[in-house]
Amino acid sequence: MTPNVRSRQFWLPHPLFSLFLALLWLLMVNDLSVAHALLGLALGVAIPIVTHAFWPEEAKIRRPLPLLRYLGVLLVDILRSNLVVALRILRPTRQLRPGFFTYPLALDDDFAITLLASTISLTPGTVSLHHDAEANTLLIHALHLEDEAEAIATIRTRYEQPLEEIFR
Amino acid sequence: MSALDMPVMLQLVIAAFLLIGALVALIGSWGLAKLPDFYTRLHGPTKASTLGVGCTLIGSLLYFSHQQDGVSVQEALVTIFLFATAPVSAHMMGKAALRRRLGGMPGTRNPPNR
Amino acid sequence: MIAIVIPIAMTLFAVAALLNLYRLAIGPDIVDRILALDTLMINSIALIVLADLRMGLGVLFELALLIALMGFIGTVAMSKYLVRGDVIE
Repeated sequence: MTPNVRSRQFWLPHPLFSLFLALLWLLMVNDLSVAHALLGLALGVAIPIVTHAFWPEEAKIRRPLPLLRYLGVLLVDILRSNLVVALRILRPTRQLRPGFFTYPLALDDDFAITLLASTISLTPGTVSLHHDAEANTLLIHALHLEDEAEAIATIRTRYEQPLEEIFR
Repeated sequence: MSALDMPVMLQLVIAAFLLIGALVALIGSWGLAKLPDFYTRLHGPTKASTLGVGCTLIGSLLYFSHQQDGVSVQEALVTIFLFATAPVSAHMMGKAALRRRLGGMPGTRNPPNR
Repeated sequence: MIAIVIPIAMTLFAVAALLNLYRLAIGPDIVDRILALDTLMINSIALIVLADLRMGLGVLFELALLIALMGFIGTVAMSKYLVRGDVIE
């Protein structure tokens, strides 16, 4: 489906994405002049028009404020996870109890699921391996699995519920 | 090297970032070499190496920001890119490993029966 | 002080790269080798950034970004090939 040439759908299918591209361009050239700002905006408009056929749907960020808080929590957890994983690596392998578990997803937005899977991979001792689209579950590998129910509950309250709040 | 005119505190912070980053990345690679099966090996690089390189890049960002009288943000771009792509590559490699039916180490709980 | 720390950090990253090469050599599966290459790519980005710092140039950033891009695309393409038996569907 091709939107009307005169509509906003055609010229600005993803306004936030356009803004993001313009900012990215300014960061990349490391130059805040007007000329580069205009060039960045031109790219921000042109790239979504050319590539919008590849985009399945627009992700809807309902509330930006919880997103910032979520990013803060994520940053702290990345640091914490590195400590945890580093300690596990340095300890003898015998003490390691790795394991798989499936995580039942409550989210249904593709972009939100992608974010959750990335979060799981970046946070303490877990890596997401497979997303089952039919059952809507994630297969997760944990470096040290003691209690599955507890691991699932942690992910649910710490990451999934804030994401639900942002994308609902 | 023209780092002499830099405040001592800033030098300390940059040195700490570089050293801690290198140590963390080394631990990640040590895990890659040492751990017993693919799924456990996946943890080291996705977390430790990414953060290690991130720390190095932030150290470099601070250094050049002071050096060139202006914020140098390009290193931040590489850092963000690495943090955004590390989980995706880990996910893809994990999927490939599942597809090839790699088993976990002895003692792995709930091995996938695919 | 930074001039002292940079060679130390470079040594640590070089050892990390050697460990990756070890994993690349012994495998055992091809997925392990992809993972080793991916990590090697990340460590080499750090080495480039440190060399840039040591020479005080501030121009090798593009190189780091390019290696990050190519490494990511390469890793995903190789994994996708193993999953589907095809890179482009």
